[in-house]
Amino acid sequence: MMYSAESLKTPDAKVSVNGLDFYYGASHALKAVSLPLYENRVTAFIGPSGCGKSTLLRVLNRMYDLYPGQRAEGEVWLDGENIIDPAIDVNALRARVGMVFQKPTPFPMSIYDNIAFGIKLYEKLPAAELDARVEQALRGAALWDEVKDKLHSSGLGLSGGQQQRLCIARSVAVQPEVILFDEPCSALDPISTAKVEELIEELAEDYTIAIVTHNMQQAVRVSDYTAFMYLGELVEYGETDDVFNKPKQKRTLDYITGRFG
Amino acid sequence: MSDHIIKSYDRDLENMGRRISEMGGLAEKMLADSMDALTNLDSDLAHRVIAADHRLDTLHREIEESAVLTIARRQPLAVDLRECIVAIRISGDIERIGDLAKNIAKRTLKIVSESPVARAAVGLRSMHEIAATQLKDALDAYALRDIERARAVWENDADLDALEDSVFRDLLTFMMEDPRNITFCTHLLFCSKNLERIGDHTTNIAETVVYLVTGETMPVDRPKGRGADYVATTGEGAP
Repeated sequence: MMYSAESLKTPDAKVSVNGLDFYYGASHALKAVSLPLYENRVTAFIGPSGCGKSTLLRVLNRMYDLYPGQRAEGEVWLDGENIIDPAIDVNALRARVGMVFQKPTPFPMSIYDNIAFGIKLYEKLPAAELDARVEQALRGAALWDEVKDKLHSSGLGLSGGQQQRLCIARSVAVQPEVILFDEPCSALDPISTAKVEELIEELAEDYTIAIVTHNMQQAVRVSDYTAFMYLGELVEYGETDDVFNKPKQKRTLDYITGRFG
Repeated sequence: MSDHIIKSYDRDLENMGRRISEMGGLAEKMLADSMDALTNLDSDLAHRVIAADHRLDTLHREIEESAVLTIARRQPLAVDLRECIVAIRISGDIERIGDLAKNIAKRTLKIVSESPVARAAVGLRSMHEIAATQLKDALDAYALRDIERARAVWENDADLDALEDSVFRDLLTFMMEDPRNITFCTHLLFCSKNLERIGDHTTNIAETVVYLVTGETMPVDRPKGRGADYVATTGEGAP
């Protein structure tokens, strides 16, 4: 990835995960994980299924709160606020930390309402402003040109790739600070995948991004930093170019080159 | 290193390595034969060296193709990606070494009818000894992924450069002694240049081995054995 001189400066950590443990009931899914998510950078979480990478993502917007028996211990700082503190307002947090899932999850409503719905939850805007925000979000997700003439038809009528970009637009619409992507392209064809990857690169100018992906090449392409996780532990974290060219840990090398661990 | 989950991936990489070994062995033999042909003015042997180059070119092309295919097919990362890149580079260097040996053989054919200057070939034989040892060490370093050996090759190249300078001065002396030596000695001058270039390609191979194993590149400047007088005489190698 190319950087301008400005962006070469060491970025600030938007999120700092510090000694994080996570439990699904008795099962210890994350073990003392510590890493930063740098501001306006893309951090990829890679590792075999069950390594804890999606769990980590779910902690970052308290998704686990929805399920009984799941708990996090440790610290996850978002701009100086420990977001796993039970006292924190989870709804406000989720407005700041958006999430895009593996399968596109449009609401069964119009394209316009898919976007407006989230905005209305947090803000009361005059109609004209709401229109502007919807357009801005759709443009931000590189979807505007394709849907501007059918804003009031159902979001479910879009192709898979368009639906995924609609979901990205929905996340962007509430003006978050961090966007989490959980394997956003695994259900998409290569062209839609390329569009989403292009979008992630653009979004990184305004947001801090974390992405879970099983596609190693995708991690190389889209991320600035990479964390390799295995059995709930963070094995290696570093700049993506280093992790994929000369990883420090043998387990990382075995994983990224497709060898028996 | 443990094996890939996909076995045919290992086979692809092994085949590439095996063909590079074959190229290396072939180039070593071409180099030795070309020098034997030169010192014994043996035109049969020279013809055989020239003929052998075809196989080297074919192997070079095959290796390049399979490296490109492997990159396209497997999208290799880290050391596997370097294996592919390195195969392209090293086979290119070996192919050039073959060309330079072939050129020595071609020059041999041009001077078989000249009256030989026996003393003139002595320095070239010393250069060849160093070049051949360096080449063998570089190829071993590749086969064994031995960066210590590769670093030694990298450092020893200065010896060959220094020797080339002295061969250059000797040949000038023979030419000044008797102008009838000029044709013979001029061809030997080119041969010494070829040996020096073979040394450079050998050093490239050594650098490439270090890159393969560590992912780091060697410093741009390597030790030089060349004196200022050489630069002044030939007008070459200016900054």
